[in-house]
This record gives sequence, C-alpha cells and structure tokens, in this order.
Amino acid sequence: MATNPEKYKRVAYYPGCALEGTGHAYNRSTKVVGKALGLDLVEVKNWNCCGAMEVKNIDPKIQTYLSSRVMSIAANEMGMDTVMAPCNGCYHNLKKAEYDLAHDPKSGEVVERLSGKAGHEAYKAGQVETIHALDWIKESIGEEGLRQRVQNSLAGLKVANYYGCMYTRPRHIFPEKDQGEGSESTSKPHFMDDLLAAAGAENVEFPLKTACCGGAHTLSDSDTSTKLVLNILTAAEAAGAEVIATECPTCHSGLEMHQIRAEKRFGKATSVKIVYFTQLLGLALGLSPRQVGLQENVSDSIGFFRAKGLA
Amino acid sequence: MPIHEQSLIRPENLKTHDELVMDGVDVSGHWSTFIESRVVSDYNEALQDEIAALPGGEYIHRCWQCGSCTNSCTVNAINPDFNPRYWIYLARMGMESELLRDKDIIWQCVSCNKCTYACPRDVVPEGVMKAMSHWLELKGHTPKSPSMHFDEVFSEQVIARGKIEESRTMQRFFKRTGQPMFQDWFIEMVKRMLRHLPVGMLTRMGLASLLAPRTAGWARARDAIREYAEEQHSKQRQALGLGELIENAKQDAGAPARS
Repeated sequence: MATNPEKYKRVAYYPGCALEGTGHAYNRSTKVVGKALGLDLVEVKNWNCCGAMEVKNIDPKIQTYLSSRVMSIAANEMGMDTVMAPCNGCYHNLKKAEYDLAHDPKSGEVVERLSGKAGHEAYKAGQVETIHALDWIKESIGEEGLRQRVQNSLAGLKVANYYGCMYTRPRHIFPEKDQGEGSESTSKPHFMDDLLAAAGAENVEFPLKTACCGGAHTLSDSDTSTKLVLNILTAAEAAGAEVIATECPTCHSGLEMHQIRAEKRFGKATSVKIVYFTQLLGLALGLSPRQVGLQENVSDSIGFFRAKGLA
Repeated sequence: MPIHEQSLIRPENLKTHDELVMDGVDVSGHWSTFIESRVVSDYNEALQDEIAALPGGEYIHRCWQCGSCTNSCTVNAINPDFNPRYWIYLARMGMESELLRDKDIIWQCVSCNKCTYACPRDVVPEGVMKAMSHWLELKGHTPKSPSMHFDEVFSEQVIARGKIEESRTMQRFFKRTGQPMFQDWFIEMVKRMLRHLPVGMLTRMGLASLLAPRTAGWARARDAIREYAEEQHSKQRQALGLGELIENAKQDAGAPARS
C-alpha cells in the first residue's frame, strides 16, 4: 500500500559519484522508472561525495561534514524536505550524519566550523528526511499502485533480493525501521521483495539478503571479496534464483566483478544474472532494455530477458 | 557459527622429550609432554587508552566479552583467526605482544557492521577494528595496509575535488600498491563491458576520466577539511606519544630537536 502518495512525489535526488560512473545503469533506470511512475526528481545542486566507505577511515567527522553539506544544499538552497539516495553508501552516510548531528554535539561543532569556512549554511538535524529509492517507490506508489501499472509482468522470473550491509546496519541510524507493520525490517528487509512481487516476480527464499559482499575491500583485499561474493552467488543459485536484484552500485559492481574473478581465479563459474531492482521494475513497466540500461551492466542479461519475453 | 578460539597452548610451547628419566622412571614419549611456563611481563598499560584515542576506538572500554562480534563476523566465517572479541580483550588487558601476533590480518575487517548491530554494549567493534589497524600503522608495527592506501587515495581525491572519478581512483591505487592494473579478471570485465556499450556511453566515460568531475567552488571546503584533518592527525600522534618518540630518537641521533 502506498502510505503517503503525495509525500515523496517530488524529492531532491542525490545520485552520488558511483551513479555517474560504474553504477550509471542504476542512475538511468531510477530516473526512467520515476518518470514512468509520475514522480519528480530534482537533482541536488552542485553536490559532493558523501565520503563513501573510505573517508571515515581518515576521520569520521570529515565524512559527517561531507554528507551534511549535501543535505544542507537540499534544505537551505533548494527548499526541499526529502533527499532520495538510491546508493546504499550515500543513503547510509546521510542517515549516519543525521544521527550523529542529532546526538553528538562534537559532530555538530565540526560541521558548523567546516560549513562556516566553506561558506555555506551548516546543516541542522531534522531539516531533511533521507530516504532510499525503495522507500520512495514503496511509499509513493506502493504495491497496489505498481500492480496496476505493470504492462509486462515479471511472472515466472525467479529473483533473489540482495540488500547488502549499508541499508540496514547499524540499526540505530534507521529509527524508522523495525517499527512493526508496514515498516522496513533491519534483520529481514522486504521492501524490494514487496515491490518486485507486485511486478509479478517470484521471490526465492534467499538467506543472504543482508550478507556482506566485501565491497569495502573489493580492490584492496580482492580474494576475501571474491569468497564473500561467491557465497552470495552460489546461495542464490541454490535457492533457485535466475536473477539477483541489487539496490546498491557497490554491491552490484562487486557481484559483477567477483563473479568474473571467481571464474578466473578459483575456477568457480556461476550464471545467475545481476540486475538493479529498478531495471526489473522498468522492464515490468514496459520500458525497453536499452531504456533501463541493461547494456551497461557487465553481467550480460539481455539475451536471458529476451528468452523470457521480458525484453 | 561457533566462536572459534585460538588454543591457549600453542604448539611451540609444548615440549616433548624422546628420552626422559625422572627419579629413575622412564617418562619419555607420550607422558613427557610439558608446557613451557608462560609469564606475561610486557604489559602496555596505555594500550586501551591509545586505541581509544583513535577514531572508532572510543567505546572499547564498554566491552564485557560476550563474543557477539566474533559470532556475527563476516571475516571470521572465512578466517577463524579473525577474532574481534579476543583482540578487544587483549587491548583492554594491555597484552600488546599477544595482539601483535595477529597484526597482519586486523585491517581485513570489511566494515559490514554485523558486529555493531549485534553488540549489546555499543562498543562499535567495527570502529575498534579500524582504530586498531590505524594504531598498528602509526606505531610502525605494520606497513600501511592495502585498505589504508585505498582509503587515502580515495579521500585525497574527495577532499581535493569534492567528487570521485572511479577509474582515476583505481589507477592511483594500483600504482601506489605496485600492482598491475590489467590483471586477467580485469581484462575479462572490460571485455564484457564493451560487448553492449553504445558509443555515447563510451564517450561519456572517456570524458569523465579526462575531465575528472569536481564540485564547483570547492576550494574553501577543501582548505577547511585539510586544516581540520591536520589538527586531528597531530592530536592522534600526541595521544600515542609519537611526538615524544620522534624527539627522543632525534636526540639519540645527536640531531637538534625542534621545539
């Protein structure tokens, strides 16, 4: 059910660096799905990197400042009250900055000081609400709304929904989750399952929804990442999935890269396709493979979707 | 996943004698296995404070050793020697030499935050792992880990320009860690990427790597962040007594110490 059809109809869009690079297909498919659903995305002006998974290891408060600047621009320069970030990393960091600014006076001091020197208004906790692309569609369109708009049902498509780490952990930065009926769960997230089921897909019982792909060390400790990804790929296949649906550019490109690396380095080949959940929704809404950017994925799924009659 | 512990008796501490006669009784072979006495005399009483002085390590003192972190750990599942609970114990006890036995794997924490999720005491073990790896590097116990190199390459670019351009970050990381970029899996990945990519996308990616995206008017933010980072850095060095160490070393070497 769409609980708040008007609330997220027009939101500030924070794509982040990855969506302008390796995650471009996610950027493209998020935008076309939004358009097809009649939702408005207004890109955050002159945004900067949120700090990703790296800057916090240099200094966590620099990361808090970087994320706060994005929210400050949305609130103070654009007058928006909601920031939608499809990337789990961006989403997580904005949520983390929000939490720290609401609870830790020292973080506030650093943000005030850096914002002042950088020449923009400092972000104050509570000025915007940060949401994920999943919240955005789930809240404003909902399963029923989606069901009515499906032109090309995903019926018969077996999907493993993969949420990764940053969408649910640590729990305290997501105060709206685990609030019972209708809210997202941090231990067994289901928003992607709900949306894809509404689009007709058959979600398999997938035990590694929130397992880690080793994204933080994808290049610096590649063997560990390959082992972690291989666990995810083989578990998805064992559960009967033909497709893994992703919601994060780091997870997505990590799964793609290490699927190849597992084959090259460990001789372990897997054939499960890796696709952004927005690409699947786009296909269900009658968009073409090119419109949702399937050709931009490393994991080649175009032939597969053609054979399924979905492309 | 059960909590896997290192055996308290290490193989090198077990002494077996082939021929041993005690008070006229032959106890060689199986019955002559003795354990070397273990005396810990090199406590670093400041160890917990030093780790707590680094970002992420602040809450190490809260730990009551339940083991939820190790039990939920992603890396522990593929390498049982990776044991956050044990390392937190050692740091709190000041058992530095014992902690140093695992110095080469502590940086491998993937920051999945399963430990932080599971911890009933809000220790934030993920942060503690980062603080420990940082401590090891600052104290000179380990060279910079590949992960630290990546964090630095990435953060330098974000701080300098406001944004990241991935291929540039990758190139610099491979260069700094002395690895070839064109490894077999990488070539295969590029091949697969090129299979369906239209010319427009290739042009866009090429342009991005040439022009490197940046946030407009970023110079003031850049300078403010650099100034702050430098301040934090010197605070950390002070907390670890590194300034003093360097001064002492200079004096020992007969070099004039800077005031």
